[in-house]
Amino acid sequence: MFEFRGISKGFFGVPVLSDVSFSIESGSTVGLVGENGAGKSTLMNIMGGNHQPDAGTLMLDGVSFEPRGPRDAAMARIAFIHQELNLFPNLSIAENLFLTSFPRRGGMPLIDRKTMRKRAAALLAEVELDMPPDTLVEHLTAGERQLVEITKALSIEARLIILDEPTTSLTARETERLFALMARLRGRGIAIIYISHSLDDVLRICDRIVVLRDGKLVASGPREEFTKERLVTLMVGRAIQQYFPPRVTRPSADPALEAIGLSHAGVVHNVSFTLQRGEVLGLAGLMGSGRTELARILFGLDECEHGEVRVQGRSLRSHSARESIRQRVAFLTEDRRSEGLCVEASITDNLALVTLPSLARLGWLDLGKLFASTAAICMAVRLNRSARASQPAKSLSGGNQQKVVLGKWLLAEPTVFILDEPTRGIDVGAKSEIYTLINELVARGVAVLVISSEIEELIGICDRILVMSRGELRDEVDRPDFDRERILRAALNKP
Amino acid sequence: MSLASPASFQRLLVPAQRLLLSENLVLVLSVGYFVAMWPFTPGLAAPENLKNILSAMLPLLIVAIGQTFVLISRGIDLSVTSTIGLASVVGALAMNGESGWFRDSGLVVSAGVAVMLSVGTLLGAINGLAIARLRMPAFIVTLTTMMFVSGLAIWLTKSRNIYGLPAAFNVVGAYILPGVAVTLAVAVAAHLSLSRTVFGRWLYAVGHNERAAHISGVPVDRVILSAYVVCGLCGAIAAVLYTGRLETGSATMGQRILLDVIGATVIGGTSLYGGKGKVLWTVFGVLFLTLIDNTLNLQNLSHFTIMIVKGAVILLAAVLDTVRHKLAGKLADV
Repeated sequence: MFEFRGISKGFFGVPVLSDVSFSIESGSTVGLVGENGAGKSTLMNIMGGNHQPDAGTLMLDGVSFEPRGPRDAAMARIAFIHQELNLFPNLSIAENLFLTSFPRRGGMPLIDRKTMRKRAAALLAEVELDMPPDTLVEHLTAGERQLVEITKALSIEARLIILDEPTTSLTARETERLFALMARLRGRGIAIIYISHSLDDVLRICDRIVVLRDGKLVASGPREEFTKERLVTLMVGRAIQQYFPPRVTRPSADPALEAIGLSHAGVVHNVSFTLQRGEVLGLAGLMGSGRTELARILFGLDECEHGEVRVQGRSLRSHSARESIRQRVAFLTEDRRSEGLCVEASITDNLALVTLPSLARLGWLDLGKLFASTAAICMAVRLNRSARASQPAKSLSGGNQQKVVLGKWLLAEPTVFILDEPTRGIDVGAKSEIYTLINELVARGVAVLVISSEIEELIGICDRILVMSRGELRDEVDRPDFDRERILRAALNKP
Repeated sequence: MSLASPASFQRLLVPAQRLLLSENLVLVLSVGYFVAMWPFTPGLAAPENLKNILSAMLPLLIVAIGQTFVLISRGIDLSVTSTIGLASVVGALAMNGESGWFRDSGLVVSAGVAVMLSVGTLLGAINGLAIARLRMPAFIVTLTTMMFVSGLAIWLTKSRNIYGLPAAFNVVGAYILPGVAVTLAVAVAAHLSLSRTVFGRWLYAVGHNERAAHISGVPVDRVILSAYVVCGLCGAIAAVLYTGRLETGSATMGQRILLDVIGATVIGGTSLYGGKGKVLWTVFGVLFLTLIDNTLNLQNLSHFTIMIVKGAVILLAAVLDTVRHKLAGKLADV
């Protein structure tokens, strides 16, 4: 019924999908698995018309299908149910269902509430959600909202429903309820693409499974051909292609950062670890495992109910970003544009931001010192030589922007550096330069904590890797024991 | 060869873009406007009128400089004109010869000015605390303080003007030189604090990206609070000039200039999107708006016509700000 034929897509010259082909039959459920960044979301965005493929075609009932936006996808009766649900919490269930097609009273621009309520009730009965249609969505649990999303798909008489990580926020019972509903939908001839990191679920409910890795389709076939072990191997199995510069220095036995029993309801649970001076410690985990939240707690951006953070043996009591900076802790955030940089401001202004007080006497800036030190750091982080210090940060490439964020923290001469996805969206050359910088830092005795979705990257640069899942540390692996499958297994929370 | 061919179009477009993005655009426009209106406006270039223009600019400029700080922080202060009224009234209540609190003191003028400046600082601090600490929207906070403060000023005076201010106080507003000196001092201090101090850099960073600034250790709350305090203080300094000029404490003083203040700042190029603005730009903006006011007055146009024209010009400036914002973004992407 629906077919991908040789789909390729790249962003800024970096291929994200190459020559992906597979098809989906009516009434079948296809599981789509792959690591973060394997190309799953891009593929779905192409289906939804948010991106256009560079090569290849989509086929719908044997006819070429070229969606230009969400409307086209809806017209073709394809429904997307995203991880973050697209419901309006301030509106009722019925209003959410008919947002784009309110039943009218006669030809007038008045909503026929009675009809709307009746039709909503009928649809809700189909998914067995026993709720009055007037209930505000904000009063629903995550699982109930999911059902409303599916009801919305039914209201446009969808033939193909794409579920992206639908179970992450559901309880076990809600998950069972969802699977039962999916079985009924399949019985009605509705095709489903099911995207999930939960391999057990995929093996249980899907008819066929498609595995993506680095934008390529590495395997596809009926469920019977796969086991969990084979799926994991297929998802990660590749030689490390990136260049990781060798490191000669070893970590000392001198704790720089200690987390002791950090717990915060729904975020992290009893997290304890020690980061030594001169060590690169990796933190692996899937999206939503709590790794970024942990980093924010360590840096004092978010509060934490229990536990304490120690820097150089000193406990950080009233914990705030300013206090962390005073204790020479640095934090490169995963979201460069909204948390790392003032994109409109100049390179110099961005570089100097953290260290401004030390470049001034009684609040009065020493501009000579400011320009000298920011120019020096541009060299140290190997910023593009053609960049002028006065040009706005947004005019730089992603890699150079990241170097500006790194430079801004390096000026503060940190003793602990927390790096959250330091190489996200960066080309291979800049990645390698950032790895070299990390090596230079640990050689000077800086303790580095690296969070990354790319297991290869962690294996390439870390001395030790902690694996996180559902807010808890599941495994700790030393360099000699590094093993992709072991790490992924712990991240997926498999025994 | 048509004019619309890409090459010739490009040749016209590049200097136009450069001018549009130039820092001195508004100065160029002001000079151009002055020259263009000269033949049609009798008395425009007369020394007496030039002095009028300058004296009209002075207090307005001080208020607009305060507003510049707030706009850079990505806020807005609608209450600053009410601050002028309250400061004027409280200052007059303190200094007047009949019933003033300090009328017998030898330091009556210093004490009066100190009281006025304190009123401005306090009101700025109230706005700033609500916006920075309670995270309330600047628009609502300053809109309500505007109402409250205006009402308070009228209630304090039972809607009467207060006369009988000390002659030494009136000097500041009555003569142009002391006014110029005060304004220049404020402008220079403001310019230096924006460009040469840690606070200035922090202010721009907060306006550009509050979250990034917070993570980088900028005391965001304190910076926002300071911007509103500066704005309130500038309002109070302007109140000293206005009150001295009229030799009267008046609760409704400055009520009419709110749109002029925000309009002139935005015309100058300070962005409503935060993070962008300079004292010099505000000087240009105030010059431009005052020129328009002055020429239209000389043409003997009615108050309403002047309002229509000024409204249109300020709207145009806001549109221009958006266009420049987009254009700058586009050029940076290339």
